[in-house]
Amino acid sequence: MKLKRLIWIFVVLVILASACTSAPGTSSTSSTPAGTGSIVVKGSDTMVNLASAWAEEYQLKNPGVKISVSGGGSGFGITALIDGTTDICNNSRPWKQEEIARAKKEKGFDPVQIVVALDGVTVVVNPQNPVNDLTMEQLAAIYTGKISNWREVGGLDAPIVVLSRDSNSGTHVFFKEHVLQAKDKNAEYGSDVQFLPTSQSIHDEVARNPNAIGYFGLGYLSDKVKVLGIKKDASSDAVKPSLESIKDGSYPIARPLFVTTKGQPEGIIKEYIDWILSPEGQRIVSELDFVPIS
Amino acid sequence: MGTVPIFRKRLWERIVEALIHFSGWITLIILGLITVMLFREGLPIFSYTNPLSFIFGTTWLPVSSPPQFGILPFIVGSLVVTFVALLIAIPLGVGAAAFLSEIASSGLRELLKPIIEILAGIPSIVLGFIGFILLAPVVQSIFHLSTGLNGLTAGIMLSLICLPTIISISEDAISAVPKEYKEASYALGATKWQTIRKVILPASSPGIVASIMLGIGRAIGETMTVLMVSGGRLSIPTNITDPMSVLTARIAIEINNASFRGLQFQALFAMGIVLFLITLVVNIISDLVLEKQKRRLGQL
Repeated sequence: MKLKRLIWIFVVLVILASACTSAPGTSSTSSTPAGTGSIVVKGSDTMVNLASAWAEEYQLKNPGVKISVSGGGSGFGITALIDGTTDICNNSRPWKQEEIARAKKEKGFDPVQIVVALDGVTVVVNPQNPVNDLTMEQLAAIYTGKISNWREVGGLDAPIVVLSRDSNSGTHVFFKEHVLQAKDKNAEYGSDVQFLPTSQSIHDEVARNPNAIGYFGLGYLSDKVKVLGIKKDASSDAVKPSLESIKDGSYPIARPLFVTTKGQPEGIIKEYIDWILSPEGQRIVSELDFVPIS
Repeated sequence: MGTVPIFRKRLWERIVEALIHFSGWITLIILGLITVMLFREGLPIFSYTNPLSFIFGTTWLPVSSPPQFGILPFIVGSLVVTFVALLIAIPLGVGAAAFLSEIASSGLRELLKPIIEILAGIPSIVLGFIGFILLAPVVQSIFHLSTGLNGLTAGIMLSLICLPTIISISEDAISAVPKEYKEASYALGATKWQTIRKVILPASSPGIVASIMLGIGRAIGETMTVLMVSGGRLSIPTNITDPMSVLTARIAIEINNASFRGLQFQALFAMGIVLFLITLVVNIISDLVLEKQKRRLGQL
């Protein structure tokens, strides 16, 4: 008896729950403007949040299109595109020659790489800090722990408080690969580096701590922190990050982010990528701290 | 006609009974499932790195190649932060409890108790935020440190989290001390302080120990506050004013980035096992202490 009643309650609850979830779906599909279908996106972990944000927004506007996004890394995404288990591959590095050759030889397609955003990293210090620029080598030495006093890079005699994004951040990996490992492929963050959970907390700590150095995306800049100019090497000019210097390649800690399709994109994939490149898609790029291309 | 309501009543009784049974068993079932899941997801890491080098390893490089998983810095961090928190929270908490039940007028007590309950209800992220904005600069300037985000700041904020637990449970224990004990002490000419120190606190010590143990559990398991103010350095802290990382915060930061059932994912679950074992040991110790105290009191 009691079991029966419980089952009835359960059934009613399930029906109620399914009614609630299905109601909005049925009402919104009536206004489908464009094509319908599903798109699979795989690849770069750096881009996974960006790709998810795009997919969410696009699906709201085009309820007929279902987009699934997953990470795994650029290399994983490239392999998946060649193997045919994904429609779009996100890669934060360009395809290697052997990967392009493999796609052509085994599957007979040309990967088409489209730059969808730029990724730039700003290095900041406290406004009281007299240091205005660093070379890539000095920056690497600071983050690997070889330099631990501001005096060694032309500043005051004070310890350097080194702040970094945590390993859950694509910027963490990017900074490691492009700055720390620029010369030494096995370099790692030094043992005194402090990993803070958000770009905002790095900004706030740098803003009040005269000895701190930190990095984050352009989106977090404010006048409470000082942006350092970066020199590619000791003899070159210091360049500050800006939309222009990132786009023309003169700022050294920047890179393009790609989506890759099998041959020229067609159908809903083309519509989707066109939307990504539209002002609306690019607005999401800047919301997520990347640099829009247009 | 009269039989239907009775039948209904019995049925209702049986449903409620079944639900109560169910709610008793469900905690056991959930605990069992959590334990199974924790071990199933975490243990495979030991085919990559052996348990000793996992626990006593000092290098944590989860996304490098090859990755390295040594969690000693975080175990030490968790213990240091918890220790600082207890150092502050035990005297303050037990003192406040003794004050509330023995010294404060009933009006003051009625005013303070809800306030302490509100303190318990402050979300930990808010405490973390307060610690980050307000306390960290103060700690930095008082101790002339290079950063205010460190174990001391985390410990102070954490003490605010375990204070309400310690106060309210200790207060219950102190209030439960039989009136005769107090009266006997006063009759012997003892002062209020002597009575509190020599009679009331020893008599209520099982409850106080239990409150401290619950406080430890609360402190070790706390994530958000510590994550925001502990500084996130990955090497072993040598001083309480060093920036450090704790087990919970590491798990929280990294789990959503770790690929499902990858090495990092397994290592984080194994960290969860370590946390689970630490709290288990704390619970066992508190049980033993309570048992011992009870026996001792029984002999009195």
